[in-house]
Amino acid sequence: MIPAKFDYVRPSSVGDAVSALVGGGEDAKVIAGGQSLLPLLRLRLAYPELLVDIGGLDELRGVTDGGDHLLIGARTTHYQLVHDPLITEHCGLLAQAAGTVADPAVRHRGTLGGSIAHADPAGDLPAVVLALDATMITAGPAGSREIPAGEFFVDYLTTALAPGEILTGIRVPKLSADWGYRYEKFHRTAQAWAIVGVAALVRRSDGHVAEARVGLTNMGSVPIRAAAVETAAAGAQASPEALREAAAGADEGTQPPADLHGAPDYRRHLARVLTGRALEAAAGV
Amino acid sequence: MTATVDAPTAELGKARLRKEDAKLITGQTNWTDNIKLTGMLHLAFLRSPYAHAKITRVDVSGALGQPGVIAAFSGADFAAEQGSLPCAWPVTPDIVIPPHPPMAVDEVRYVGEAVAVVVARDRYAAADALASIDVDYEPLPPVLDIRTALDPGSPKVHEAGNKSYEWVFANGDVDAAFSDAPVVLERTYRQQRLIPCAMEPRAVVAQWVGDEVTLWSATQIPHVLRFALSAFFGIPEQNVRVIAPDVGGGFGSKLQVTAEEVLAVLIGRKVGKPVKWTETRTEGNMTVHHGRDQWQRIKIAAEADGRIRGLSVDLLADMGAYLMLVTPGVPLLGAFMFPAIYKMDAYSFKCTGVFSTKMPTDAYRGAGRPEATFAIERIMDELAAELGIEPLELRERNWIKHEEFPYTTICGLTYDSGNYEAATAKARELFDYDGLRAEQRLRNERGDKVRLGIGISTFTEMCGLAPSRVLGSLSYGAGGWEHASIRMLPTGKVEVVTGSSAHGQGHETAWSQIVADQLGVPFEDIRVLHGDTQVSPKGMDTYGSRSLAVGGLALVSACDKVVAKAKIIAAAMLEASADDLEFSAGRFSVRGDPEASKTIQEVALATFAAHALPEGVEPSLDSDATYDPDNFSFPHGTHLCATEVDTETGFVHIRSYVAVDDVGVVVNPLIVEGQVHGGIAQGIAQALYEEGVYDEAGNLVTTTLADYLVPAAADLPSYRTERTSTPASNRLGVKGVGEAGTIASTPAVVNAIVDALRPLGVQDVTMPCTPERVWRAIQAAHGQPAHGQPAHGQPAHGQPAQGTEQSGGMA
Ligand SMILES: Cc1cc2nc3c(=O)[nH]c(=O)nc-3n(C[C@H](O)[C@H](O)[C@H](O)COP(=O)(O)OP(=O)(O)OC[C@H]3O[C@@H](n4cnc5c(N)ncnc54)[C@H](O)[C@@H]3O)c2cc1C
Repeated sequence: MIPAKFDYVRPSSVGDAVSALVGGGEDAKVIAGGQSLLPLLRLRLAYPELLVDIGGLDELRGVTDGGDHLLIGARTTHYQLVHDPLITEHCGLLAQAAGTVADPAVRHRGTLGGSIAHADPAGDLPAVVLALDATMITAGPAGSREIPAGEFFVDYLTTALAPGEILTGIRVPKLSADWGYRYEKFHRTAQAWAIVGVAALVRRSDGHVAEARVGLTNMGSVPIRAAAVETAAAGAQASPEALREAAAGADEGTQPPADLHGAPDYRRHLARVLTGRALEAAAGV
Repeated sequence: MTATVDAPTAELGKARLRKEDAKLITGQTNWTDNIKLTGMLHLAFLRSPYAHAKITRVDVSGALGQPGVIAAFSGADFAAEQGSLPCAWPVTPDIVIPPHPPMAVDEVRYVGEAVAVVVARDRYAAADALASIDVDYEPLPPVLDIRTALDPGSPKVHEAGNKSYEWVFANGDVDAAFSDAPVVLERTYRQQRLIPCAMEPRAVVAQWVGDEVTLWSATQIPHVLRFALSAFFGIPEQNVRVIAPDVGGGFGSKLQVTAEEVLAVLIGRKVGKPVKWTETRTEGNMTVHHGRDQWQRIKIAAEADGRIRGLSVDLLADMGAYLMLVTPGVPLLGAFMFPAIYKMDAYSFKCTGVFSTKMPTDAYRGAGRPEATFAIERIMDELAAELGIEPLELRERNWIKHEEFPYTTICGLTYDSGNYEAATAKARELFDYDGLRAEQRLRNERGDKVRLGIGISTFTEMCGLAPSRVLGSLSYGAGGWEHASIRMLPTGKVEVVTGSSAHGQGHETAWSQIVADQLGVPFEDIRVLHGDTQVSPKGMDTYGSRSLAVGGLALVSACDKVVAKAKIIAAAMLEASADDLEFSAGRFSVRGDPEASKTIQEVALATFAAHALPEGVEPSLDSDATYDPDNFSFPHGTHLCATEVDTETGFVHIRSYVAVDDVGVVVNPLIVEGQVHGGIAQGIAQALYEEGVYDEAGNLVTTTLADYLVPAAADLPSYRTERTSTPASNRLGVKGVGEAGTIASTPAVVNAIVDALRPLGVQDVTMPCTPERVWRAIQAAHGQPAHGQPAHGQPAHGQPAQGTEQSGGMA
């Protein structure tokens, strides 16, 4: 890798990290696992002058049981998400989706916070935290803020994080046992990005869908909730036919990108098919 | 007599672990990029952002003031000395070979072409300073589609026009074969552009000492490169040393004399310091020569019972912007392979080489033969569908029977050996062909959303490149021989020098096994030396599955010579007549007196001492041998692939893959297995994943591995591999295995996809068969008949119909 020149600091507290970021101004960037940032540096698509490495901040790593929610540190790696028993028990969707990210090498380095802060609409975890109704917790020069997932993703690679702000953790409401889930990722090779991904959560009661939440990966410049599907699914019979019918509106309000792996019309079609499959799996039918 | 096929001995056929692997696994490899020389400077190239433009001004002065920068040059600075990169294969007398300066001087013709270079103390400084070079371009229209590039109104890549050459071959009465044939099918197939992605990127180090230059390069061809530097760039041959240190894969992409190699040598001389360049992956995707990129129009005429009457092939081959080392010859390596294993009365072939404003194409694993095999195996399946004949049955009705070997094909090649029946029978059984066909029928009847398809490829290829006289007749610029030498050391150990230049194939192991048998010395006592023109002064290097079938045979000749000389010395030591000595398992013994014997190691020591050598015998136990094959070799096999095709999404999953290969006698089954696995993976990659894509402005889109999808282990099935063996007619019985898997597997996979979707009316899917393309093919076929249009009424050969039912017919 031949990046342009940059300075590098590795602070030992969140406060120091925030100060360093503020000091560096517009040309400072946080580096966590480096799995998205380093490729940008390597291709010289980004020229930060200062990298603030949060790799020394152990308090940002790991999962805490908060009673009705889990608090997941921003530096928790994809690998940890896959293997943490609390996550598997209370928000298995996140573990399942993290298991589809890239390959083992990337999963050992890349972090949840990095995935969320990078806000790549093709990333798997943004749509998942959106479907989970998670809350982003930040630390910044003006103190700590809480930002709901629905307000966090602003545009392509752009979030609600203010200058100098660091994402410290993500609060995820625990899901009770009557919720089923499925992350349906469609990609050409195992380590490739999603052409389309669907994160589905379904709460069943009496053979019906009581509530459904659906997040879409790579169907626009930000992760998207498939509102039409959620409405159609609520109260529907938990049958393949009914769920597929509910999924027919999956591409409503989306603006899928065009690239080598798929034109928009193909992505729309995929979103419908995959949403149907994800709902079926989440509903256990 | 030394060991031959008839008397197999201990080492031949043993699954020896590779001698090379310990150092590869423990990171002790000596890649070119690991080389650090005192005072070494680093190069970074500024590359054209335009597919086609006039260069009106280059100003490198801005770079000169940058930190760490020692020098900067543009093409004009090399104008006097850089000449033209060589094309060694002028396939026709009137071929157009445009000048190809290593660094562009007044015009660029593809994105990535070098226009300037920075020389700096480290590679970061070099890369940083590129931004300070000013280049003014006057954009010219790009030429991106070779189907329209020959139209009179097309923009031109070169002054002389866009046509490089037209090469034709015909045998038999093609018109007669087609004119009243009960069935004629015509198809157009697309061989997409591929980008070789060797694990080790290209890298070069050049060092001048006085008037001598040493070039380290991640190359497959140190000997050819040395010759080229001398013949085309005016450096006396005795002053050039080329070293290919450990080289991490090539697949043909390092069978090249590259701009960067030549420029490193020229720049090293200008700056008087060693210089180094290592490409980034993105740079590599843009500027390593690409592979394939052809439009193939193929027409087959057959009887109603499926017997082939004739075959006619018309290729358009994208040369890219320039002709590189063997660019124009690559399609010709396929010219003789379209008829494959089948008998027929007539065959015609035409290839038109066309320029475009893209990276030049050149050899890529299989070079010409995968293209040919794909087209013939695809159309055999189409013919089977058209006639309602079981596709394996159709092949059997046409192939050369095992008792017919040696067989001279319609192309004039003499296939020395083969047994297509045996390989196919074995593959059928391993695959459970009948069971899968039954399941397929059931699922088709049920109308399953996920369809099962079965793909067949009964392939052959020609390798062991090549008999020099044949190369001469095809206007190739060099011979096809190989060299080997053996040095018995005083302690009885052996140094083997080979002109083959291994870059991952395992020569050190296989060559040790061959020599161990020939000389009767332990495998461990042998060291194989290669890849340095000072150590191995003669050679033709490694490509075209030639190392074993040519270089291995040279090795046997060299061993013969050592044994012959050792026999004379042993006879003197034993006070016997050489005629009375037998040589077996490393020991010379007097016939009828087994007690009286000397080992070859004892002879080596006695030769070194030289105390009592017979009159006129020099005190050395070395030999040199050069072997020029008198024929190609013809590996063959039957590959069967089962795919599950999701008709809702277009996703293709390979459920099972069986490969039965006949590569003749096997020296090391482990190495053969590795080559077959890697080869199949590369062929599957063409079928499903890889494509080098340029946009409408001529920018390469697939510059990273996120866009150029190279499959990994997780994407590939577990192959079931087996072998049959009909020995080739050379002394070792060997054929070569480096390209077989790649040649065989692509059509097996695509045939399986089309087979799965034929009931839905799909007749073809363009490669790579991405989920989107598969899905669109299903959408497009919706409601159309399941079989191709009857061929009656199609024009005969010579006036092919425009626009067949396939997408993207040739203009
Ligand atoms: C080969 C490869 C394949 C991949 N495939 C996938 C895939 O299939 N699916 C997928 O979802 N992802 C994929 N990724 C990306 C991967 O998930 C990254 O780990 C993730 O996007 C970024 O996490 P990171 O910790 O590495 O962040 P970094 O690369 O360190 O940072 C990414 C961005 O986030 C910012 N940042 C990081 N942490 C914080 C923080 N705590 N507060 C504020 N800003 C922060 C950085 O400043 C930077 O802008 C792939 C990556 C690679 C290299």
